[in-house]
Amino acid sequence: MIEVLNFGLAALILGLAVWTIVAREAPAAVVGFIVYGLLLTLVWLQLHGIDVALTEAAIGGGLTGVLLISAAVRLRSTETTARAQRSSASTRWLAAALSAAVTGALAICVLALPEPAPTLAPQVLANIAVTEVGNPITAVLLAFRAMDTLLEAIVLLFALIGVWSLAPDRAWGGRPGPLQQADPNGMLDYVARVLPPIGIVAGIYIFWIGADHPGGKFQGATILAAMWLLVMMAGLADAPPISRRWLRWLLVAGPLAFIAVGVLGAITAGAFLSYPLGHAKTLILVIEFALMPTLTLVLGLMLLGAPLRGEAP
Amino acid sequence: MTEFLLGAAAFILGMVALGLVRILRGPGDADRIMAAQLFGAGGIAAVLLLGTATGESATLDVALTLALLAAFAAFAFVKAKLAQSPGESRTADSP
Amino acid sequence: MKLLLELWTIVAVIAGAFFFFAGTVGLLRFPDSLTRLHALSKADNLGLGLVVLGLLPQVDSVSAGLKIVGIWLLVLLSGATAAQWIARTLRQSGPDS
Repeated sequence: MIEVLNFGLAALILGLAVWTIVAREAPAAVVGFIVYGLLLTLVWLQLHGIDVALTEAAIGGGLTGVLLISAAVRLRSTETTARAQRSSASTRWLAAALSAAVTGALAICVLALPEPAPTLAPQVLANIAVTEVGNPITAVLLAFRAMDTLLEAIVLLFALIGVWSLAPDRAWGGRPGPLQQADPNGMLDYVARVLPPIGIVAGIYIFWIGADHPGGKFQGATILAAMWLLVMMAGLADAPPISRRWLRWLLVAGPLAFIAVGVLGAITAGAFLSYPLGHAKTLILVIEFALMPTLTLVLGLMLLGAPLRGEAP
Repeated sequence: MTEFLLGAAAFILGMVALGLVRILRGPGDADRIMAAQLFGAGGIAAVLLLGTATGESATLDVALTLALLAAFAAFAFVKAKLAQSPGESRTADSP
Repeated sequence: MKLLLELWTIVAVIAGAFFFFAGTVGLLRFPDSLTRLHALSKADNLGLGLVVLGLLPQVDSVSAGLKIVGIWLLVLLSGATAAQWIARTLRQSGPDS
């Protein structure tokens, strides 16, 4: 039965991927991509990667989809010119052949892996007691490979700066995105009042259980960012101007706290980002609490885009 | 019981697949965002069934995340569509 | 007692699957976008509710049971409001297909 399910799921996803590529209009392709992301969540579940499934549902299904939607809608007016400039059929066939070749090579590599596949999972599980967290993914992300997580957080900040750099000169320091009209009797107003409280509780819950069960700060922050964006979409709150001090302080608070913990570890435990025995969980919690607002703000601001409205004097 | 739940999940996924074929064909983008609705109901049902069949309780959290974000994507899409169409009716709101 | 619970699960899940089937039939056969939206929202959400009802005896703990009922209510809320909004977009763009 499970083979039937997996086979059907794989066929459905492949079909959807092909449809997304050949779709005529950008918004149609975006919808296809969103559903593709949601279905990929099911694939991750079948592969027993629950944390990855959570991240795929949050980022792949929700946030990336919305990002593409805004882009597609903004580019609507240029679609005819874009279509006129489409590359020739032979180029597209070459691209398809190349993609198929890469897929084939990947498939052969995966199928040719020795049984059992080489993995560090047993070593992680053997040493996990030292980190005082129960979820091996959290242990790897925040204890064994904390350096990578720190660098990822910094990369996210750079990406945000990159998005901000697209602002026209007069709008620098202003509010991102157009002004949203609030509509007190409207449906979106109702949803933006009712859904975010539930979403915020869910986001904090998923952040909190990440210590011992699948979850964690990244998925939790994505849910919180989605709720914040919903409130702004309904016009109930306006996007903050990017020149505000509190905004910039919160953005750097995460990586700064992370680096501070690392330096503390260098002083007390011998190496950057190592944790003194017995304090691992406390330090991990400090890092996660500091990173949560940073991640929420970064994800929300990236979706809002570059500042478009100059600061009111 | 496990086999039954897996079979039900497979069946519901099949229904989602059939629905997708029809929706994605539908003229107009508003039809297509119904795919988010379809997945919000059918996909989540399949996730819940799969989670209970395998006994993995964390799957319920995945269903929760899916529910929240599929709704968010649907709203963002419709908002984008309404914002770009010229005749945005504000008066025809009350039930 | 256990047999009764298993029976409840089987009956409820089959009923839920039937409503999904009915919703999909409506989706495939109804002539108009608005009617398709109707079939999708009503039947599929009811199917989800029945599936949730059927899974209640099978979950490990009371909190998990509350969680899946909560998920269903959340899907109902977002599904109903999203359907309203999609319907408004459809009405604005004129009667389709």
